[in-house]
Amino acid sequence: MTAETASALLLSIRVAVLATLLNALVGVPLAYILARRRFRGRGLVDLVTTLPLVLPPTVTGYYLIVLLGRRGWLGAPIYHATGWSIAFTWYAAVVAATIMALPLLVRTAKAAFESVDRDLERASYTLGRSEWRTALDVTLPLARNGILAGLVLAFARALGEFGATLMLAGNIPGKTTTVPLAIYTAVQTGEDAVALLFVGVLTALSCLVIVAANRLGARAT
Amino acid sequence: MSAERLRVERLAFGYPGRVVGRDVSFAMVAGEVLCLLGPNGSGKTTLFRTLLRLLEPHDGAVLVDGASIADWPRRRLARVFGYVPQAQTGTFPFTAREMVLMGRTAHVGLFASPSAGDLRHAEAALDALGIAHLADRPYPEMSGGERQLALVARALAQEPSILVMDEPTASLDFGNQVRVLAHVLALARRGIAVVLSTHDPDQAFLCADRVALLHDGRLAHLGATADVVTPATLRETYGVDVDVVTLTREGRTVRVCVPSLQRRLA
Repeated sequence: MTAETASALLLSIRVAVLATLLNALVGVPLAYILARRRFRGRGLVDLVTTLPLVLPPTVTGYYLIVLLGRRGWLGAPIYHATGWSIAFTWYAAVVAATIMALPLLVRTAKAAFESVDRDLERASYTLGRSEWRTALDVTLPLARNGILAGLVLAFARALGEFGATLMLAGNIPGKTTTVPLAIYTAVQTGEDAVALLFVGVLTALSCLVIVAANRLGARAT
Repeated sequence: MSAERLRVERLAFGYPGRVVGRDVSFAMVAGEVLCLLGPNGSGKTTLFRTLLRLLEPHDGAVLVDGASIADWPRRRLARVFGYVPQAQTGTFPFTAREMVLMGRTAHVGLFASPSAGDLRHAEAALDALGIAHLADRPYPEMSGGERQLALVARALAQEPSILVMDEPTASLDFGNQVRVLAHVLALARRGIAVVLSTHDPDQAFLCADRVALLHDGRLAHLGATADVVTPATLRETYGVDVDVVTLTREGRTVRVCVPSLQRRLA
């Protein structure tokens, strides 16, 4: 294994783990609010969080560039203030992976929350637990398996991110080349052995993911 | 004169976007038993859910000791309102003691565990309901009557001033129905204001000081049991002909409803 190969693997794992953690932090509370609260604009929030799942990855990538690129709505002020842009750094790979994987987590976690018997929450209220504590002590543990299944799926999606990553982070070996991008490069340059290695790793991981998600999904009910 | 415990003022209640009942007003004093009488679908459960603030009222107010409960934290509400739902088959195998101990939730610190004092309260509640022998029995393994009594004990452990009981004798056999009603009277004698819902007017006669008759979401009648449960109101509410018969035995006077059913002559 060459240094570049190892770098791609390590980068992919780093990006996928960070993206999943970010998604957990943002996505789980978001899923709870979508599952349990009614508010104006709820449909819009639901739509926007589902969009990265349905939009072509390069379209999402385009929006990310418009937002975070050197001349982007957020990217430009940051660049003018600090001289730094997120584009073509490994942070961009994390952002792309997070956005693309978020819908998977939110939809799965939302379904998990919705499947929790509301009478159990009401019982907790009548016994004196606040909505906040009930969400933590009653709803979350009961939705745990579904949420874990969502996290596993989100991890897999983050690991396999290609289109949006290429747009915002680029394909810089040793810096932003994740495994899916490395496979693309390897196939383009005829490095079959390298491609095969990466393909094997990702396939094995994906199989594990499917088995894990199914097991967790089954235990959820 | 007993202290006023609960006051409901022109309450409009229902689900988001759908009003089920309106203009409901009544008050309760300590030690009183108020029976909420009405046919299935008249809004009794929805009214109770609104009293417990599981549903937000559409209009009107619920006041405890003169203060509106609209902004009360759950903890404070649970120290006043003890809720006894209908006993159902439980999913979790908590023992009776554990269930009753959960009634102490509002008295236990936010991150603390129940204390020895809480355990004593739980044991006392089990004793009061006569189910101390079931303390270690898992809830799903209890009979319907035993489950219902466990739920009453749980509510009692909250040290409530108001007990809200939603059809507490539903699906219980005759003996258990009588036992639960006996407990209702005993709890009222302790000074707890008890409001219970039922669709059976005879239960109102057996245990209620006053009756609130709910019909199509409106309080059609409110007053002393004998004044509210009459052949006229029963015909108006249930659409059946009923006789109200007064029985006197050994100095006790009891009223009983006798439906006018025609028996076919052999």
